[in-house]
Amino acid sequence: MSAHASHAPNRSGLWDYLTTVDHKKIAILYLIAGGIFFLAGGLEALLIRLQLMYPEIELVGAKTFNELITMHGTTMIFLAVMPVIFALMNAIVPLQIGARDVAFPFVNALGFWLFFFGGVLLNTSWFLGGAPDAGWTSYTTLALNQYSGIGVDFYVLGLQIAGLGTLIGGINFLVTIINMRAPGMTFMRMPMFTWSSFITSGLILFAFPAITVGLVLLMFDRLFGGNFFNPDAGGNVVIWEHLFWIFGHPEVYILILPAFGIISEVVSTFSRKRLFGYSSMVFATALIGFLGFMVWAHHMFTTGLGAIANTLFGLATMLIAVPTGIKIFNWLLTMWGGQIRFPTANLFAVGFIPTFTIGGMTGVMLAVPPADYQYHDSYFVVAHFHYVIVGGLVFGLFAGLYYWWPKMFGKMLNETIGKWNFWTFFIGFHLTFFPQHFLGLMGMPRRVFTYLKDQNLDMGNFISTIGAFGMTIGTILFLINVVVAAKSSKRAPADPWDGRSLEWAIPSPPPEYNFVQTPLVRGLDALWVEKMAGNKGMTPAEPIGDIHMPSPSFLPFLMSLGLFVAGYGFIYHNYVVVVIGLLFTLGCMFTRSVKDDPGYHIHEDELEEKGVKA
Amino acid sequence: MANHHAHAVLPDEPEKATLEGKNKVLGFWLFLGGETVLFGSLFATFIALRDQANGGPTSQALFDMNLVAVATLLLLTSSMTSVMATLALHKKDLKKIQLWLTITVLLGLGFLALEIYEFVHYVNEGLKMSTSAFASAFYTLVGFHGAHVAFGISWIILLQVSATKKGLTVVTAPKFYLACLYWHFIDVVWVFIFTVVYLMGMIGGKVG
Ligand code: HEM
Ligand SMILES: [Cu+2]
Repeated sequence: MSAHASHAPNRSGLWDYLTTVDHKKIAILYLIAGGIFFLAGGLEALLIRLQLMYPEIELVGAKTFNELITMHGTTMIFLAVMPVIFALMNAIVPLQIGARDVAFPFVNALGFWLFFFGGVLLNTSWFLGGAPDAGWTSYTTLALNQYSGIGVDFYVLGLQIAGLGTLIGGINFLVTIINMRAPGMTFMRMPMFTWSSFITSGLILFAFPAITVGLVLLMFDRLFGGNFFNPDAGGNVVIWEHLFWIFGHPEVYILILPAFGIISEVVSTFSRKRLFGYSSMVFATALIGFLGFMVWAHHMFTTGLGAIANTLFGLATMLIAVPTGIKIFNWLLTMWGGQIRFPTANLFAVGFIPTFTIGGMTGVMLAVPPADYQYHDSYFVVAHFHYVIVGGLVFGLFAGLYYWWPKMFGKMLNETIGKWNFWTFFIGFHLTFFPQHFLGLMGMPRRVFTYLKDQNLDMGNFISTIGAFGMTIGTILFLINVVVAAKSSKRAPADPWDGRSLEWAIPSPPPEYNFVQTPLVRGLDALWVEKMAGNKGMTPAEPIGDIHMPSPSFLPFLMSLGLFVAGYGFIYHNYVVVVIGLLFTLGCMFTRSVKDDPGYHIHEDELEEKGVKA
Repeated sequence: MANHHAHAVLPDEPEKATLEGKNKVLGFWLFLGGETVLFGSLFATFIALRDQANGGPTSQALFDMNLVAVATLLLLTSSMTSVMATLALHKKDLKKIQLWLTITVLLGLGFLALEIYEFVHYVNEGLKMSTSAFASAFYTLVGFHGAHVAFGISWIILLQVSATKKGLTVVTAPKFYLACLYWHFIDVVWVFIFTVVYLMGMIGGKVG
């Protein structure tokens, strides 16, 4: 081992985080960046709701309203919830499978910085000539030059850069889960969160290239005189719809499957029971992942694909309710007869179940093509997808954050504030979105900036806006909780919840090498198996020895910076800037490929059961 | 997690000898899965738009079988030489690897030159990106493939240069292996382009 440095390179503070390739620190970066974008998206949502609070008011006006709804949707999906999911995946998946690291630490860091710079690029549109205003779906022809401003260029380039980051992140998780499991950790012993992360990563791999192509084509049309979507020159706008939804529908399952995984872990831990129907849960997850690719055209019933296509896609869509139903019943049966506790994490998990079920039911209603002709583009659709995305995914993320916060940061979140957080958010959520079902049925269209007085829409909209304030208070309480936890001097124990899976077998927060010795896995719920056998911790699968670690690197940041700069070059048609940016990125890639990373070793006698400073 | 550098004897299948190598190979296969979706989407778009000439030149008027046949021949041969490079890799013979890869690169360059000539020719015939939906779809699909070829060439050259210094090790072996895999993938895509774009384009008539 002569060629290696034997000590961790000296790193501290900001520089540490700019160069880190440690998946636990990348998790924290994802969480911070996703959190900030979440606040931006939330602010946009509040402005939307304020504009709609009373009929016929001019708070922000039509143009800004279009920008707000576009940026709200885009930000929330791509820049807020996705990164928070990636944060939890990065923090937890390697620990759950007993791995020292991820398969590609460098690529992992690159994925984060690409996402980050893509998101920043998109958001600078607010200050540089106007945000995109063609809706988060950017339907053509609305999104072509004739009808929309420079904002859509920011959309095209920002999402392209961020999407690349997501794609390589997905590949990293797939390889990590396939190749880096500890001895004994067979696929059918993997915790549900890891399983759902695995399927989600597979969906990312096959869904994101479709949006990549869609964005390239839109970019060619907008910037280089292409004619893909220009009907006057033979183009076809429906191609955009297909490409968008071939990505877009799997995307909603990319979002919800990790939430399903979190709920499975939380419900089982806090019922002190193993997950009911584990293998059917695995099967249902895989089936949902597969069906997720078969149903994209249910977003296009009103496009005119014809009765046969609509019928087939409608039926395929309804099929998804079957594996989803299996999951709901399995969670209920896990709780049945368990010793249930209700810390905040479990409150969110239990609140998730009925809320998501309502969202699923409205989904099946929408999947009936003739009925969809009535609901489509009405507030009913808005109510549906918020029930699944906020009532499902965001509740799931809160559950996961309360559950794993001690593991990630070594500090417990405060339970009293947590309960207030839950109740304000939960009640605020239902106040906001439940009335929207009826608003939609009564004829309120989506994406309009105001409505007339005395058409029975006043009351519902007013309540909805009040509810939005409830959710805001819930979010602020969460932030307060984070600050309180950070200030508190009490350290979290390794296993605060009497957990079942491997992440609870190591200190909170984990040391940079995760496991001193790779654990030997002897069953599903690996740690619980040992606890039941009367053992204090995991049985090691290897003797203590030196641990090899990858070196930190500034290149991921620089590579992403190059693309960021090139992005502006494209938007402003300045091709010198494009070339400079791209050459810079290529130069970094070149450096990386000729300079192999020997990494460094942590010596046996330096190993301690202590955590990293987070 | 062994990461050894200098080995007196290279293990068999040196590209998969370390966990890093195994990870790279698997990760690359997955990446190619994503690339398949990428090209699939481009093909679907092309098929939908191939008859939308908008009054400009059509594929029947433009395509020249001889040129495309030569280009195809060059690329397919280069696929074969890259297989030879992989075989040499398994025999751990760096000299042979370098030789076969050099031939691969030269053939690839020949292909690229023909493609550039072809594009320039079409532009002179009045087929620009902005002429029609067919033009946009054609240049994007075939151009994307061409960009992949160009990237592949630069990648292989880079590997060859750095291997003269580093030699064949468990670190460089996976890189060679992947570059050859990538090169194959590009060839397979070309076979589809040859069929869908050129053969179907010359026969003409409405198919899609
Ligand atoms: C049983 C499950 C589900 C069914 C049957 C279903 C069905 C549908 C249908 C038919 C539409 C199109 C409505 C229209 O535009 O007229 C739709 C829209 C939508 N769904 Fe679902 N869905 C389900 C679950 C989900 C989940 C789990 C998510 C996200 C986590 C989700 C997110 C969305 C979104 C974001 C839209 C609106 C897209 C837009 O037009 O902006 N759905 N759903
Ligand atoms: Cu859908």
